[in-house]
Amino acid sequence: MQQLTSFATDYTRYVLTGGTKFYAWMGSLAVLILGMMYVFYLQNTDGLIVTGMTSQIHDGLYFANLVFLVGVAAGAVTIVFPAYVYHHEGMHKVTVLGEMLAITAVIMVMMFVFAHMGRPDRLWHMIPPWGIYSFSSMLGWDVMVLNGYLFLNFICGFYYLWVKYTGGKVNNKWFMPLVYVSIVWALSIHTVTAFLISTMPARPMWFHSMMPIRFIVTAFAAGPCLIILAFLIVRKNTKFWIEDSAINLLSTIVTWCLGLAIFLTMSEIVVELYARTEHANGLYYLMFGLHGLTGLVPWFWSSVFLMLTSFVLFLIPSVRTNYKLLPILCVMTFTGIWIEKGMGLIVPGFIPSPIGEVTEYYPTFVEVLMTLGIWAFGFFILTILLKGAIGILQGDIKYRGQAAAAK
Amino acid sequence: MTPNESPSADSVQEKPSQCQAQPAAADPSAPGLKTSRRGFLKAGGALSMSSLMGTAALMVQSDDAAAAVEWAEHFQKNYRLMTDAEKAEARARLERRYSSEYGKKVTVDTTGPQPGMLMGYALNIRKCIGCRRCVHACVEENNQSRGERAGEKIEWIQVLRMERGEFSKDKMNQGYPEGLGIQVGGNAYTPAGQVLEGQYHYEPQAVPEKDATYMPIACMQCEKPPCVKVCPVRTTYREADGPVVIDYNWCIGCRMCMGACPYWARRINLTTPVLPKEEMNPVTHYLGNRPRMRGVVEKCHWCLQRSRQGRYPACVEVCPVGARKFGNLLDPESEVSLILARKNVFRLKAELNTFPKFFYFYD
Repeated sequence: MQQLTSFATDYTRYVLTGGTKFYAWMGSLAVLILGMMYVFYLQNTDGLIVTGMTSQIHDGLYFANLVFLVGVAAGAVTIVFPAYVYHHEGMHKVTVLGEMLAITAVIMVMMFVFAHMGRPDRLWHMIPPWGIYSFSSMLGWDVMVLNGYLFLNFICGFYYLWVKYTGGKVNNKWFMPLVYVSIVWALSIHTVTAFLISTMPARPMWFHSMMPIRFIVTAFAAGPCLIILAFLIVRKNTKFWIEDSAINLLSTIVTWCLGLAIFLTMSEIVVELYARTEHANGLYYLMFGLHGLTGLVPWFWSSVFLMLTSFVLFLIPSVRTNYKLLPILCVMTFTGIWIEKGMGLIVPGFIPSPIGEVTEYYPTFVEVLMTLGIWAFGFFILTILLKGAIGILQGDIKYRGQAAAAK
Repeated sequence: MTPNESPSADSVQEKPSQCQAQPAAADPSAPGLKTSRRGFLKAGGALSMSSLMGTAALMVQSDDAAAAVEWAEHFQKNYRLMTDAEKAEARARLERRYSSEYGKKVTVDTTGPQPGMLMGYALNIRKCIGCRRCVHACVEENNQSRGERAGEKIEWIQVLRMERGEFSKDKMNQGYPEGLGIQVGGNAYTPAGQVLEGQYHYEPQAVPEKDATYMPIACMQCEKPPCVKVCPVRTTYREADGPVVIDYNWCIGCRMCMGACPYWARRINLTTPVLPKEEMNPVTHYLGNRPRMRGVVEKCHWCLQRSRQGRYPACVEVCPVGARKFGNLLDPESEVSLILARKNVFRLKAELNTFPKFFYFYD
């Protein structure tokens, strides 16, 4: 117990102190977070009318980010899997950083859920024993698997850090099974999120069984991109060294998953546009516009450009292993997939509406500020979690740290 | 013929004992499930909490009844799981709040489904003249939001105006699909211009228009409703007498049901509904037309406040050409049953296996 309190105080003290750069970073994030709180207040007094959503297009920027971030959370498995299944040395050292990223992403997903709901004050209606849990609802399943994933990563990540902190040994008897469960669980969170939209025949653009695998490959491209970026920043700004082999393996994973994602997108385009039934209208709207409405066309083509260009560059080993160019490729892929899987997937699902109405959706300032604020909050906790984890891995935070140093 | 041969208005008033014996839920597993879940909830303390809050609120005889009562509303249970006492409490709470909010005596009916009744609807597509009196009557009857801003105006019925045949004489050079020119031979696959099925924002000088036919749509009250399946809190469900209803107090506004509905029948209240006091219809039903709140979904419920009292829904009553028919599908002599037996009948998007109880027919 005494160990636990000292862990908590040491951890908190370590993550809350830093240089000017650290305070400036956290301070500017905090400003955005305050903005987010204000628009959340607006949404819950005026209602969702302050957003661009309508009865025709009732899922927008929030839902798009939610779907994308579930993928980022699942993407953490690209570290855990090679580390524990292939015993990759470089990866094993940094597994816990992947788990911290997963925790962050799931928390962000939950914040987007709150932002998306018409009545966030009633979310307890989903949770027994006060509320009702519906096993027939995909959203119910999604809430369950996401919370489970948060729990698993929290336990695995912080248990590992705790062991490092106290200087003990990891109890593999229950730790390893939990790790394997979390690997499968990562796939489940994204599969269920795909089912969330692909089980609706009312929305033909989403109604196909390719959705889960497409979600998973895009997640395993976008997730590691963010991880690579975080790793390069960590390498530059801390004394913690992340091995080249870990980064190179991640960029290989990105390459192949991105290739598969592009292949699946092209398959969809061929299948839908060859027959060109009315069910292809959503995709047609996305690619070329419908009835003169072309809001998403530039987004789609910029996403195609970003994904194709970065894929070609990723295929070249000398570019992939050049750590000056790699961050640019990662940003390109990440942005491309964010567009394709976010706004580019969610919004055209509603265009045209089931009765053939073609309307457009434009996010309002409120939505943009809310989204920025939630991302800022995500980076805020990611910074704290990564800082704490690195401090422990490096031995900066240690049980009876001072006593040991005094000897 | 009245919509049903079932008991008269008086006998359908809430009878606690009857309701106990006959679950409101259409879910076949409901009776068993109900008891166990109710016990579960009791253990969770939700029951005691809600009744305490309710009682407290009812005892507060202040002028600011609305505020106190609304607070208690936050803690009430899903309507389907309420005991009769809790239903009565919830009803009293709402009547107090609405009466003080709208400055008139508002009643909130809680009449349950009656045995031997399965509501059905039939629409004669040949007779409809596109006047949209049904649309407006529905808004007046069901207390929909009627504001000016986009998102404040809610209508449950759409009358889709459709162009008559593409090959009429004066359109011969417009093409099929429009814009391509009519193909004789050749290849019609290149740029397939998209033509909408129908348009519900139309401003005619007079109806019916020469070039148009009309297709009214609204909630189809499916027997296998996709919206019910996706609801994470089971706030929307099929009542035993047919209509799919919503407990507005339990809805979390996730809008999954709106995505799942193939008929675009559901609307979200993006803001607090705009409902002027003098226009508010004070005769309401708990699962029907009582005023909704911000952030919840609503839809057509076949005017439960009327149909459970043996009356026609407002749209049926107002239709000037008698295109709309409503009645009991279980009664072989009802108008709807006779139409199903004798006319050419079809359902919208039947391939989705939603089994609508809203039928279209033509003479």
